Amino acid sequence: MSQTFTIDGRVIPFEVGQTVMQAASQAGIYIPHLCYHPAFKPNGSCKLCTVKVNGRQSASCTLRAQSGMVVESDTEEINAERRMLTQMLFVEGNHFCPSCEKSGNCQLQATAYHLGMMSPHFDHFFPDRAVDASHPDILLDFNRCILCSLCVQASREVDKKQVFALSGRGIGTHLIINARSGRLADTDFSLADKAAQVCPVGVILKKRTGFAVPIGQRTYDQQPISVPGKVAEEIRHD
Amino acid sequence: MHGEAIAGIVDRVIARYRRDSTCMVQILREVQEACDWIPPEAIDRIQAVLGVARAEIESVAGFYSFLYLQPRGRYRILFSDNITDRMQGSEALLEQLCRSLWVEPGKVSEDGLLSIDRTSCTGMCDQGPGMLVNNRAITRLTAVRIEQIAELVRNQRPLNEWPAEFFDVADHIRRADILLDQPMQPGDALRAARERVPSDGLIASNMRSWREGLPSGIGGPAAMLDEIKRANLRGRGGAGFMTGLKWEACRNAPLKAGQQRIIVCNADEGEPGTFKDRVLLGSYADQVFEGMTAAAYAIGAQRGFLYLRGEYRYLLDALNATLNARRKANLLGRDILGIPGADFDIDIHLGAGAYVCGEESALIESLEGKRGTPRNRPPFPVTNGYLDQPTIVNNVETFAAVALIALKGGDWYAAFGTRHSAGTKLLSVSGDCARPGIYEYPYGVTVRQVLEDCGASDTQAVQISGPSGICLSEAEFDRAIGFEDIPTAGAFTVFDRSRDMFEVARAYVHFFQHESCGFCTPCRVGTSLLKKLMDKLHDGHGSPYDLGEIEKLDKLLQSMSHCGLGHTAGNPVIDTIARFRPAYEKRMVHDQFVPAFDLDRALSTARQMTGRDDSQAHLDVEQGRSA
Repeated sequence: MSQTFTIDGRVIPFEVGQTVMQAASQAGIYIPHLCYHPAFKPNGSCKLCTVKVNGRQSASCTLRAQSGMVVESDTEEINAERRMLTQMLFVEGNHFCPSCEKSGNCQLQATAYHLGMMSPHFDHFFPDRAVDASHPDILLDFNRCILCSLCVQASREVDKKQVFALSGRGIGTHLIINARSGRLADTDFSLADKAAQVCPVGVILKKRTGFAVPIGQRTYDQQPISVPGKVAEEIRHD
Repeated sequence: MHGEAIAGIVDRVIARYRRDSTCMVQILREVQEACDWIPPEAIDRIQAVLGVARAEIESVAGFYSFLYLQPRGRYRILFSDNITDRMQGSEALLEQLCRSLWVEPGKVSEDGLLSIDRTSCTGMCDQGPGMLVNNRAITRLTAVRIEQIAELVRNQRPLNEWPAEFFDVADHIRRADILLDQPMQPGDALRAARERVPSDGLIASNMRSWREGLPSGIGGPAAMLDEIKRANLRGRGGAGFMTGLKWEACRNAPLKAGQQRIIVCNADEGEPGTFKDRVLLGSYADQVFEGMTAAAYAIGAQRGFLYLRGEYRYLLDALNATLNARRKANLLGRDILGIPGADFDIDIHLGAGAYVCGEESALIESLEGKRGTPRNRPPFPVTNGYLDQPTIVNNVETFAAVALIALKGGDWYAAFGTRHSAGTKLLSVSGDCARPGIYEYPYGVTVRQVLEDCGASDTQAVQISGPSGICLSEAEFDRAIGFEDIPTAGAFTVFDRSRDMFEVARAYVHFFQHESCGFCTPCRVGTSLLKKLMDKLHDGHGSPYDLGEIEKLDKLLQSMSHCGLGHTAGNPVIDTIARFRPAYEKRMVHDQFVPAFDLDRALSTARQMTGRDDSQAHLDVEQGRSA
């Protein structure tokens, strides 16, 4: 016997223990998110999936569903704040969509389109982040990292390797590699790793396949990210 | 340093922590104390011995301001950078020392001997300006003292040969009430608490509670808990949660196999402007430990931690000596006071320069040897705290009050203060006043009374409870300290009319930006954006547009942030805009939006390189802007 709550007036059934995000996804309702991935324990850091319950805002990926909850999600107020978060993610890194191999398959870009983000609004931070091209099969472009830590989780929990970790603090938080040299080539990372598949943006890229699928024919070129089933786990670099 | 020597140091430190990787922060801190930084060879060794991935070790080390993965010199000098230090002239002294030792702030000297930088408030506001040298606190800096320090560093004199008076820390207790005036012998409070447990079934109840937990999972004797409830004690860390309710929830939390209940004393006193915990731990440590032991008695805990901020490293040896004396006196250890099964002991863990670890779940993460990132809640620490065990985290002052309540009883205690704020509060008074220091008042005291007592004159504003608290202007000085009106963790910072409240707010915004843990987007980026906006106003590029932006950012920080740091990061700005608007208006030098980017200033490097500074090498700034 499942219980129900509502999101923007729609009745959503849920199993006890499910989060608002899980129940919403199951019901085909899209709540914008970047650090959430159904295969992993919710992180709750990007805050894009924030919804309002009883006047209080909370990340829906970590919020347990309760019977009778009245959840607001797709409102102008919340979407405006989500748009601002997206702009923040754009300006703290170096994101140049027109020249990015991930363009069209990038969740950050697709989410920005979904939220109607027309400009980055804030001044760019232009952080200095070096690219790591040391690995024979994989390129790391840290300029695009949004610190979702999905690669950290995937490498630790699925691949049992701990290739990635977050270090630093505050605005200086950054992704590090598990090698004394700090280079990906000096790890046991491989293209078959789960961690190579989960990046929502264009940090972890397969070499020698760039632009094999032309821009215009990519995942989010064909359907917006809000269409059910078009989130992280379906994206592959082929 | 030789690789073998480093490995030897690491092995010794790791052995002392029983090869326990949950002590990672302590291991890294002690390795650094021996090596002056955390060299790659040390990480190699920790990785090999503990079997923890190198990235994970670097991830932890990289989080804390006082842990260095790059060489920082043998003398690591950090100037306390609270607004009160600045008011006492810290910036000029920092410049003086940098000039004298030929080094730039934030960089290591070319010979690798030293580094000079700023750090968040070191808790010496009543005797500033302050600094830390290799985590040892130096107070009352003057130009003369700075010259002496420069000389000592130049001659490479070891710190223990520096004049002892440099390291003097005074208590400055200006007003003592029931808490600070109560002479208490170690053990008095525990004995009094035990007297109150009905003799009926005393031993049985204690044995079950302290050693195994009752079959139903319920903890210690209810009598001590009842006193705390009768006292109406509320947490002294600022939020004011009812201590009795917190303890009861922890006491009633079910234990899984192999688990125990945990007591944590939060001595991560990082809120700029507060220093009362420093005084309590310096001169009333027995009372604080006794309060922790009484709490253990009430909830049936066997293990306790004091989480001491790294800035108070200088207190560590004396605190450990107090713990040892208590062990000898059978006030810690097994069968405390001869009560069968009453087992409890306390370990001290040091922080390493991270304000966010004052947030209880971040503190617990740090205690577990991780980055101090606040957890997702629920579940709360009372059920799932340290290593997933039921845990209470209380402030230093709360535990000192607990000892007093154990001694004198809850009804006695509840008679002091006001209806919803029982007892007394320690205020850390600093800033523009004649007598900065610790003032203990029954709750309900007005701001005006405190100002009068501390000898403040011509007062413009008082910042209560630090940057995350509230800024009051003169019209509000009749308001009262207490949970009914102005709750506070204890900071009371006075600003007279000569102070620019915009600059005060800007300093606090810089503080939050520096201390944001970086976990959630709104706080990580939002505090940086807020800092940029305040700097933009400071630099003369402000327009009404920027005020609107500040308000938007504040709203986002409040609604979307993961923890209290982000929620309150905009407070200093919003409070001062509301109360001291002219300080902002005079910075609205333009009617229309002006970018923060200054074209002319951007050319300064080119001018320097070409050795030109004629008019042709400058842009017409006004024209440039209107174009």
